[in-house]
Amino acid sequence: MTDAPGRISVSCTVNGEALTFDAHPFARMLDVLRESLRLTGTKEGCGEGECGACSVLIDGELVNSCLVPAAQAEGARILTVEGVADDERLHAVQQAMIDCGGAQCGICTPGMVLAAVSLLERTPRPTDADIREGLAGNLCRCTGYMKIFDAVVRACER
Amino acid sequence: MRAYLPSYELVVPRTLDEALALLRDGPGVWRPFAGGTDLMVLLEAGKLEHRKFFSIRHLSELRGVGESDGRVRIGALTTYTGVRRSDLLARHFPLLGLAARETGGIAIQNRGTVGGNIANASPAADTPPALLVYGAEVELVSASGARRVPYSEFHTGYKRTVMRADELIAAVHLPRPGEGARHYYRKVGTRRAQAISKVCFAALAEAVGDALGEVRIALGSVAPVVLRCPRTEAVLKGRRVDGELLRAASEELAREITPIDDLRSTARYRTRVARNLLGEFLSGLSGRGV
Repeated sequence: MTDAPGRISVSCTVNGEALTFDAHPFARMLDVLRESLRLTGTKEGCGEGECGACSVLIDGELVNSCLVPAAQAEGARILTVEGVADDERLHAVQQAMIDCGGAQCGICTPGMVLAAVSLLERTPRPTDADIREGLAGNLCRCTGYMKIFDAVVRACER
Repeated sequence: MRAYLPSYELVVPRTLDEALALLRDGPGVWRPFAGGTDLMVLLEAGKLEHRKFFSIRHLSELRGVGESDGRVRIGALTTYTGVRRSDLLARHFPLLGLAARETGGIAIQNRGTVGGNIANASPAADTPPALLVYGAEVELVSASGARRVPYSEFHTGYKRTVMRADELIAAVHLPRPGEGARHYYRKVGTRRAQAISKVCFAALAEAVGDALGEVRIALGSVAPVVLRCPRTEAVLKGRRVDGELLRAASEELAREITPIDDLRSTARYRTRVARNLLGEFLSGLSGRGV
């Protein structure tokens, strides 16, 4: 337990590494990841669960980290964009995003990558409708979406 | 403005009994926190007025979908994703899966819960019209016992419910609809994902010969509460679907709903859409022999 008033100690696994952090139980996991753990790949967009920029996987499920309080991360297995690649080898989704020009300003990209990784884990052979649904919670203001969509199709072909 | 976190509390009771004891010892002091998809939004906006919460997300007693005595029990912590993945619900209560897949996006569906959708008591919520159509009962638990309330009597006004301050939603119970019943669900919003509904329409119809038997209709976003429409249902029951019946039912529906103008839509548009959806529902029935 921590000595700071109102704060709790939370143990979880982030990108395969077991760790413990102190936070207010209502602290957003988005802030814990970015500020306490210095994993700034996860972005903040709307802060209200609408845009998907802060998407991470918790226990294998896609979530908006801005809506997850630290108290609910106890014992959780968290995957952020920093943990998607296998060392220097990019995930098929990441490579396809590069190849297809799926990233422009880059703010939505980590969330899009996690949404696509999550989709392909659940549905290795997605239909066009599956891809659209899988990405529907992630907003992009640059690409017009088609290049991101193409990247997911490309990633499936690998 | 963002909330000042030190003024809030979020505790994690180890068991359901511990959670119920919190509610018993200080009714109204502590409130439950499940998936956070509504409460975290309010917190971030600095609009979360209540200060003391307890997390229930890990309580296994409030999880799971099962069946006994011909009734299906959906634990309050069942997520929209859990609803979508349930073969039992897909087979007998298809409107729930249709509602769940149009709630938020995948990330919201992974956290938001059926119990939270009820407790949040928004008249625009997506699953409640389906629960109304299926004649759901809400199971409430407290330190002093459990009780069941018909969902049709649960919401008493805008954001008001019959729940006592020491109670928690444990589950919803659904009787199986008759075999061969026809189910219809359609949500109209600015886009399919993420958008809050302008109008949400759920309905069920059973056929008796070539006439309508039992008909149940419920709508979201057209009244201060999610609304069952018994007067419109009465117009339809026992009748054959034809143009004249369609007009009569549509006019009754327009009288039965009380939509308002707000940031998402207008009363006039909502009424038009509600009538059109009723028409689509009924036309779909007549096209296949009812």
